[in-house]
Amino acid sequence: MIEYAAVIRETARKLLQNGTVDVFIAYKKGSVPMTNEPALISDADKAEILYWDSTCGMNLCNYLTKRTDKIGIIANGCNSRNIVTHITENQIRRDQLYIVGIPCTGIIDHRAVQRTVGHKEILAFQEANETFTVSGDGFEETHDKKDFLRSNCAVCTHRNPVIYDEMAADPVTEQDGTDAYDDVKRIEGLEPEKKWGFFTRMIQRCLRCYGCRNACPLCYCPTCFVDESQPQWVGKSVDPVDTMTFHILRAYHCAGRCTDCGACERACPVGIPMRQFTKKLNKDALELFSWEAGLDPDQRPPLDLYRPDDYNDFIK
Amino acid sequence: MTEKVFTKENWIKALEGLAGTYRIFTPVKDGDFHNFKSLGEGKGPDFNFQNTRLSPKTLIYPQSERMFEYSLDENDSETNILKESPKDYSPQAIVGIRPCDAHAMRIVKLNFDNPEFRDPWWVQHFESTVLIGLGCNEPCSTCFCTSVGGGPFNEYALDIMLYDLGKTFLARGLTEKGEELLKKAEGGTPADSAAVKDAEILATAASNRINTSVPTDKLKEKVVNELFDASFWDDVAFACINCGTCTFLCPTCWCFDIQDEVLGKQGDRIRNWDSCMFPLFTLHGSGHNPRDQKLQRVRQRFMHKLKYYVDKYENGVQCSGCGRCVRHCPVNIDIRQVAEFMNNY
Repeated sequence: MIEYAAVIRETARKLLQNGTVDVFIAYKKGSVPMTNEPALISDADKAEILYWDSTCGMNLCNYLTKRTDKIGIIANGCNSRNIVTHITENQIRRDQLYIVGIPCTGIIDHRAVQRTVGHKEILAFQEANETFTVSGDGFEETHDKKDFLRSNCAVCTHRNPVIYDEMAADPVTEQDGTDAYDDVKRIEGLEPEKKWGFFTRMIQRCLRCYGCRNACPLCYCPTCFVDESQPQWVGKSVDPVDTMTFHILRAYHCAGRCTDCGACERACPVGIPMRQFTKKLNKDALELFSWEAGLDPDQRPPLDLYRPDDYNDFIK
Repeated sequence: MTEKVFTKENWIKALEGLAGTYRIFTPVKDGDFHNFKSLGEGKGPDFNFQNTRLSPKTLIYPQSERMFEYSLDENDSETNILKESPKDYSPQAIVGIRPCDAHAMRIVKLNFDNPEFRDPWWVQHFESTVLIGLGCNEPCSTCFCTSVGGGPFNEYALDIMLYDLGKTFLARGLTEKGEELLKKAEGGTPADSAAVKDAEILATAASNRINTSVPTDKLKEKVVNELFDASFWDDVAFACINCGTCTFLCPTCWCFDIQDEVLGKQGDRIRNWDSCMFPLFTLHGSGHNPRDQKLQRVRQRFMHKLKYYVDKYENGVQCSGCGRCVRHCPVNIDIRQVAEFMNNY
């Protein structure tokens, strides 16, 4: 996907020059291989710093919340679905946005790459077509990108943006035949104690840095429940009960809203696969309400909508 | 000065032998990275690592530490009296700490142990600890210890330095505490001049490998208010998501929050690491928050490390160059670049 970088730079320059947008939000190349920095530019001459490759794994929708200016932004499938969610939840207006669509072939799992080189330090990452090469002191390896996709990208069925003003390239073929919920089903099949054990072990390392929460565009509350002090809902220490409370409540707040973009896991400094919480809720939303978040700005999400003909008796 | 050579197997055995006298902590591989764990926990010691994901600061300054406990039961004769919670100050040894992380503890010591204030818990944990450093044969590309007064084999701040000579470790006693531990460590042989020479070669080669240079020389002379109002903070802060990764992984971040937790009629007063990245960090009881904007919080972190500390303690910057924040910031905010902005402003 590195070839989109030049298109993004050119488009940003054009949009800033002709006044279509006040600012443009994309990435700039990071100082560490496989890490890039979200960037905002307002000057067309700065467009040359913009960058894109298959390691741009945060969610730029995070930077849109409550902005009042006219914004150009790049969006691949999941990021565009978060933009839709943002519009639906009144965090940004559609007419403020000029969306440059990224047909996405998936983001690389940087941890898997580090694993495959035996955790030797990677000093350079270079992408070409659908392969990438990593090198360091005494090694150089080239791999097919498809073998190193993040687990959310490997099963993604919305690679193309669902909303855009122009595309950076032709749409890519959507994947079919993937089972997005293979892992969730495995956990669902466990005995309750084993299930609890799985989640308890999963969050054992959590530092309560809130990287997962803050990387998530859904988490825009002015004051998060973990930061409330009057009353205080959750303890601030690393007591496992408080840490579990944080993770479960965070996941519940994402129910019917999560696009499985993977930014939470990308941000985590200790590698917690917290999508195991949100994916279960995505699966429930799909099975109970035939709902996938962020596909249509004109549809209200199932959890903020009342229908007289709801099939559930309890709500009638 | 004692210099002993241990085969790697004998070194682990020596540590096991010392476990009766010291609580021993070593790097242990845990999934994709290493962290310090107590000897016998997890997969066992593994000295084949660049640096641990978390610095060992938690062994001296736990992320959550019970300071006091109290009873709220009015029938209790000691109701509402804070009583200090028992803490373990028995001798401990952090084996394999990198020189930057040991250096960081000295940087932090100025805050917890100075003529004005003395934090009893930090000081007692620190004093009961023997720091056994492991020089960095292969520093990371993000390391910049040599720019901030350290080095991959810097012996300052350590009690013992280990040199990884391939099949053996050369252990050099540097302080009384270190000498005492080495005396008790079994299975080593006195180092010959060849081993000492090898160690020196390693140290020089490692220093030469560090090619990141971070300028800090002009920070002291900068005017605080000019840096504070500098135009580059907008750009630096834009990407920040205000998580606590940088502060929690940082070996020199020392800020804490004090919380009371009550269950029934029993209460605990706990102190937890806090982070200047969190809005709650500065929220006043009145509801006013002097740092309610992201930019203000990002600026605070860098100004504290690279300007306020410099001015207050005259001890250089509050950073030991370990590079953890550079490697693990989810949005790649790079302190090396910010230092350059500030130094050149």
